Amino acid sequence: MTLPDTDPPSLYAAREPVFPRRVKGAFRTLKWWIMAVTLGIYYVTPWLRWDRGPNLPDQAVLVDIANRRFFFFMVEIWPHEFYFVAGLLIMAGLGLFLFTSAAGRVWCGYACPQTVWTDLFILVERWVEGDRNARIRLHRQPWNWEKLVKNGIKWWIWLVIGLATGGAWIFYFTDAPTLLRDLVTGHAHPVAYITMLILTFTTFFFGGFAREQICIYACPWPRIQAAMLDEDSLTIGYRDWRGEPRGKQTVEGNGDCIDCMACVNVCPMGIDIRDGQQMACITCGLCIDACNDVMDKIGKPRDLIGYMALTDEVRERAGEPAKSVWAHVFRPRTVMYTVLWVGVGIGLIVALFMRSPIDVNVTPVRNPTFVTLSDGSIRNAYELRLRNKGGADSQFTISVTSDELVTLSLEGTERLTVTVPANETMTQRVYLTAAAGSDAATEDRTEVRIWVEQQGTTNRVHHDTVFNGKEDDNE
Amino acid sequence: MCAKQVKKVPKQVETTGHQWDGIEELNNPMPRWWVWTFYATIVWGIGYTVAYPAWPLISGATPGVIGASTRADVAAEIERFDVANAAIKQQLVAADLNAIKDKPELASFATNAGAAVFKTNCTTCHGSGAQGFEGKGYPSLIDDDWLWGGTMEDIHLTITHGIRNTTDPDARYSQMPAFGVDELLDATQIGQVSDYVLKISGQEHDAAAATAGATIYAENCAACHMEDGSGDRVQGAPMLSDAIWLYGGSREKIIASVSTARFGVMPDWNERLSEDEIRAVAFYVHSLGGGE
Repeated sequence: MTLPDTDPPSLYAAREPVFPRRVKGAFRTLKWWIMAVTLGIYYVTPWLRWDRGPNLPDQAVLVDIANRRFFFFMVEIWPHEFYFVAGLLIMAGLGLFLFTSAAGRVWCGYACPQTVWTDLFILVERWVEGDRNARIRLHRQPWNWEKLVKNGIKWWIWLVIGLATGGAWIFYFTDAPTLLRDLVTGHAHPVAYITMLILTFTTFFFGGFAREQICIYACPWPRIQAAMLDEDSLTIGYRDWRGEPRGKQTVEGNGDCIDCMACVNVCPMGIDIRDGQQMACITCGLCIDACNDVMDKIGKPRDLIGYMALTDEVRERAGEPAKSVWAHVFRPRTVMYTVLWVGVGIGLIVALFMRSPIDVNVTPVRNPTFVTLSDGSIRNAYELRLRNKGGADSQFTISVTSDELVTLSLEGTERLTVTVPANETMTQRVYLTAAAGSDAATEDRTEVRIWVEQQGTTNRVHHDTVFNGKEDDNE
Repeated sequence: MCAKQVKKVPKQVETTGHQWDGIEELNNPMPRWWVWTFYATIVWGIGYTVAYPAWPLISGATPGVIGASTRADVAAEIERFDVANAAIKQQLVAADLNAIKDKPELASFATNAGAAVFKTNCTTCHGSGAQGFEGKGYPSLIDDDWLWGGTMEDIHLTITHGIRNTTDPDARYSQMPAFGVDELLDATQIGQVSDYVLKISGQEHDAAAATAGATIYAENCAACHMEDGSGDRVQGAPMLSDAIWLYGGSREKIIASVSTARFGVMPDWNERLSEDEIRAVAFYVHSLGGGE
């Protein structure tokens, strides 16, 4: 790409490898902390224990697909309560809206697994091969013993990290200590090994080789965020009105930027922030750290590169002070997102504590809608699904209330009581019968309410449904 | 100065010439790995068509070199379930018919297997909800009225041997005389006996005709349908005094039934279904609300 006006543009470009230089500073420290915390949460969570009694797993966070149950500390979610997960996803979405409108791509820069694992992989790379210049040298030299050994060690460590990552993932889906023992002894299910291997490979590949390509080409989130930022959102910017023209400080008229390329050399995305805010920037803040370090050394004020919003640029160019960070963060838009986020959260918590320990669903059998019995009475059948979410077998009494007279009976038993084993769902066929010629037997629809009462407790739930009569008594 | 060492020419990227509201489209090159991925998908696609059945021929298609066949997969799957269910099927065959419901695992298997057998074999006549077809002679299996009995044993026997068929000598058999067609009764008498049947089933009727019909009924019908019209399950004679009618309960329909007689037939299923299937479907039918 030397003379664009003579050469036809190339259709395909090879990836230019990025060798981020080591940097120290406030944002780098913050990123180390976030990396430690997020990786810690990821690797440690499956090993946390939580006592739930004899019949239930004691893993604090467990996605029990075989038994279709999700455990999260004191919370236990059944498949029919999946709206909790939907609610959490909505909260996650609103949270991303909130953070993006307030502080731009903070997710990308600090918390995204791609960023965190890539950061970890670069740390390994630096530890094995040295800092930027050493890595560039190694990259350029032909394959020899040194290059082979260093790359070998690096790849080996990456693979171990990948294996640990894939391994930790499957621990979320079954009892972690048991699975670890099975994995080591070779008794685990093939799915566990395959999942582990796939995740090992993707971690190895995404963190070691694909890196910024994922953010630039594969991930939809940067594109969505571009539409969600506004002129008050914080992004990382270069104060070109202060820095330009860049060059030697000894030359009269030059700006503060000495064109030392520190901001470019530390960038994990391989971009030049001085070109302006761009799609590839994940706003990780490392260029700020690098530039501040240089500014301190040459005795110039900090924040030649810093967090700012588009509105700040206009103000600063006009010689006014920039708005404070808090004024960018607390705006009607972000307050609205916060209110929505909190609202959904409170709704979920309320719903969580209002859950009944038993759950009833009644489906009328529509095929046929009613049956005529010998004595002319009309019978409707219903499928009653009863979930016993308690930890012990329990007896439930079933009854019916209605404005019209209907009598209730159960299939297979003379009694009106059923026993549901602990943590199970049972289906019971229930019959309602209306005497010949009664109102319910001759009306098209009669509202009925089926009650289920747990014996020995005050738990009583109901489900509304309808009784269909034989409207016209013709043959 | 470090600036000199690594001085880069600012990248100049051409635009495509497209412009929307002042926003220009850059003509950046695609990443090379993306192109490789694209070629890889082509290679994969060719490999796939070689490995799996793909290219249509005049009859059929290329079979693929790895011998993949979804038909064989299904057959293997069926085989797998047959093997897996062999033990419980044996249990089902060995079990006492009335004890199935007390064994939850067996009952659950019988219900599911029975529902499948029913939907495949029985719904044509008895309806997908087992409600039969009222007035057409296909009995409902979910009410409390049974022609030949509604216990597990009765249902099992009916399914095994069928009714009035010519293929199974053990089929349940009975035949009603065609009183009108064979001129056993004249039209007036048939009308009178029909009014009597209307009377004992609690419907509107001509009182005088019904009184006359009572004698005709006692002489011609009571032997099978019983004096009080309660029917006889041993002979499959339907109850006439209830609200359920196989061929319709109106005066016209009853006259038609008396005149021409009815002769409903059900196949014997022991030829087509195995014993475990018959037991499963008997259990399923018994559990739909009509079982006795």
